[in-house]
Amino acid sequence: MNLPAITAPPAGAPPRPVLWKRVLDSRFMPPVFITLILLAGNLSFGILESYQKTLLAIVTAIVAEMALGRIFLGKWPHPSSAYITGISVGILLRSPAFWPFALCAALSITSKYAVRLRGRHLFNPSNFGICALLFLASESVAGLSIQWGNNFAALIVIWILGSLILWRAKRFQITATYVVSFFLLALLRAHITGDPWQSEVAPITGPMYQLFMFFMITDPKTTLKSRKGQCAVAVAVAVVEFLMRLDQSVYAPLYALFVVGPPALLIEMWIDARRKRRLAPVPQLRPEMAQ
Amino acid sequence: MKRGPVAHIVLWVFFLGMLAMPAIMRRLSSQRRTAQAGELSCQSALARYGFCFQEVSQQAGIHFVHEAPVLDPKLAGIMPEVASMGASVSIVDYNRDGWPDIYVTNSRTGSMNHLYRNNHDGTFTDVAPEMGIADVNKPGTGVSMGAVWGDYDNDGYEDLFLIKWGKPMLFHNDHGQGFTDVTAQAGLPAWINANTATWLDYDDDGKLDLFVGGYYPEDVNLWHLKNTRMMPDSFEYADNGGRKYLFHNLGNGHFEEVSEKAGIKSRRWALACAAADLEGTGYPDLFVANDYGVSELYLNDHGHFHEAGQETGVGFAPKSGMNAAFGDIFDQGKYSIYVSNISEEGVLIQGNNLWVPQDGKTLHYDNLARDLGVELGGWSFGAQFGDLNNDGNLDLFLENGYISASKTRSYWYDFSKVAGGNSSIISDASHWPAFDGRSLSGYQQKKVWINDGAGKFIDVAQAVGVTDRYDGRAIALADLWNTGALDAVVANQGGPLLIYKNVVAPENDWIEFLLEGTKSNRSAIGAQVTLYWDGKEQVQAVMGASGFASENARRLHFGLGKNPEIEKAVIRWPSGIVQRLENLTPNQLVRVKEPS
Repeated sequence: MNLPAITAPPAGAPPRPVLWKRVLDSRFMPPVFITLILLAGNLSFGILESYQKTLLAIVTAIVAEMALGRIFLGKWPHPSSAYITGISVGILLRSPAFWPFALCAALSITSKYAVRLRGRHLFNPSNFGICALLFLASESVAGLSIQWGNNFAALIVIWILGSLILWRAKRFQITATYVVSFFLLALLRAHITGDPWQSEVAPITGPMYQLFMFFMITDPKTTLKSRKGQCAVAVAVAVVEFLMRLDQSVYAPLYALFVVGPPALLIEMWIDARRKRRLAPVPQLRPEMAQ
Repeated sequence: MKRGPVAHIVLWVFFLGMLAMPAIMRRLSSQRRTAQAGELSCQSALARYGFCFQEVSQQAGIHFVHEAPVLDPKLAGIMPEVASMGASVSIVDYNRDGWPDIYVTNSRTGSMNHLYRNNHDGTFTDVAPEMGIADVNKPGTGVSMGAVWGDYDNDGYEDLFLIKWGKPMLFHNDHGQGFTDVTAQAGLPAWINANTATWLDYDDDGKLDLFVGGYYPEDVNLWHLKNTRMMPDSFEYADNGGRKYLFHNLGNGHFEEVSEKAGIKSRRWALACAAADLEGTGYPDLFVANDYGVSELYLNDHGHFHEAGQETGVGFAPKSGMNAAFGDIFDQGKYSIYVSNISEEGVLIQGNNLWVPQDGKTLHYDNLARDLGVELGGWSFGAQFGDLNNDGNLDLFLENGYISASKTRSYWYDFSKVAGGNSSIISDASHWPAFDGRSLSGYQQKKVWINDGAGKFIDVAQAVGVTDRYDGRAIALADLWNTGALDAVVANQGGPLLIYKNVVAPENDWIEFLLEGTKSNRSAIGAQVTLYWDGKEQVQAVMGASGFASENARRLHFGLGKNPEIEKAVIRWPSGIVQRLENLTPNQLVRVKEPS
């Protein structure tokens, strides 16, 4: 996960709004939201195995971001993005050991600097880190696979708050498209497998999906620029997830984003490059060559 | 990116190094915690580890195969899951002949429970029918889930409480000649869906009381369901399970239910419980391992309990508790607690818990399962501490394996799909995909972890002859043939009862204690013996249940190592009397009667 598209107002913008609006519009909003989810979930239902592991992931992510940003970009990056990566690792990863939390957070941040093209990182950082550990260290880690609490209240609050934030960030269409696609494909899957439709819908009512939908697939750094493109990628993620679920992949949504995200970015870069070339002014021929 | 190619090469080396890290950790971990020998001959295992097991059930004349319950047809699709318990084993000397006997439960309606009388010659004979405790799974009364033995009327003979999904039953032992069903006089409820119970004298009045932990709610009849909304409403926070009962022994064959009055009020899904004086107050504390949630620790304030799971550290992280066993693993006079949970590679890594008490005035535990190497045991069920090689350190024997069906198709995907859903989905059995012959953590290797005495446990199961892959549930330890070695009896769900006869290297010595209360309850449940030898101090308690659906032999077994010098044994009886025994010699059974 990375920082959703709520950024500081550009220079030369209209007069600065009042403090509370600045706070709401600032890049701190997503970290505050995800922290509230974490605290509410843990204080009410004890969703974390320990605060220490989550703290380890957060600290590792921030330290890695600071060091790599300084070395490779020549500046101190804002820590909010790394904070979200760390806290996401702390929530989504499950392991009795400490080392996977540190390793996953470090891998996530390092992937931003190692796997880049034309100044953009290709993988959603925490998606990369978590997928890597689920794949490479399956004997030591698992993903978050349980629900929070026993009723819909927590779920509805998170959905409303998450939707509002995404709406303000102009990214609600991504989550909405994904949710609609998921439900339709879940019904199709139930038809194909013969399983109760409730069992196919069940995953989206769990916390892993809440984080996945609101934070991971909406990451501005690894999603496309156009709204149509964003929606198309959301549908593609849902379709790949659908196929993986038919193959009984437990972490299908995470793997689907891992598979779909980078190619979508590459295609967008390729299209952008072509468009730029087409729009670039044709160099004038020298008179002697024109003859 | 401002840096040049060298920096990028360094970055990629760092990146690839991190990707390789899990493989390195895996290699290091497996080298450290598993014996590399594989299967060994008994002689080789004796030479290397000081003991080996030989499975002798057939030679012993025991051909018991457990039959699983068959419940309401509305549960047909997920029958393997909901009918996945019922195999249990408890050790009792029901006729006071000095030789441990074995009681095992069966769980199909109409099936028979068995009481295997020890013939003193290596064989056993099922005497349950003539003793009147075989035909206890009659239609309309539910089926057996476990059994615990305790002399509730202090007549010297162990009585039987039958744990059921159905009508709980209490049988009075008529001086080893037969059993009388005294359920009606005892005043027990008409129906409890329980998997765990323990005898304990919670108020130290000299009479054994009984704790029963409900699993499914008591208004659910699993053979005649009103609806299919009987599953847990959460996989980590469920509180829609069965209620808990504390039956206070009134001394006239009647029991009074006092759980709420005594401070026990919970609807978590209890699967295992054990009681011993963990806090050193002289009163037994009660540990309850709950499925689908946190464990509970009820500390006993002179006959009144308060739940202290969170304040002691054992009740914070919710898991799938299925076992409660106490053992002084560091020989320091304190009990650690082992709770089994679920670990399945790539899907769910809960890890088992080994709660080790911290030093200090207040009771607080740290989970050291990972550090000590007893964390990962698959879909774990029953476990017991016992000194299997008589080296003076308590070892750990763990049963595991949930549902072994197809060897190629797994239910894990569907399980994880639904288990992560909202309560309104998961609590209804009709929402669960059908098993269709698939396995769920089946065919698992058992764990026999030997304690090296220096803070590490090493799995030697395959090397010492524990090679079965049945769906293990309960394990009980007993010196079945009075040889000074702890044998293991294993009850498998839908599988055979296994008798692992223990052959121990003769150079290690041992001592056993058999206690009999006078002022305290006659079973001496709650009494604890602290043995001091060679600078070591190990405490063990007489317990009314231990592990999952099991009860060990009443006598306490201490391994002593080579040429031990025993300093003394200190017995603290539930009555408060403290008794010192000196001039003890090894390799004997010491019978002790509580001084009046």
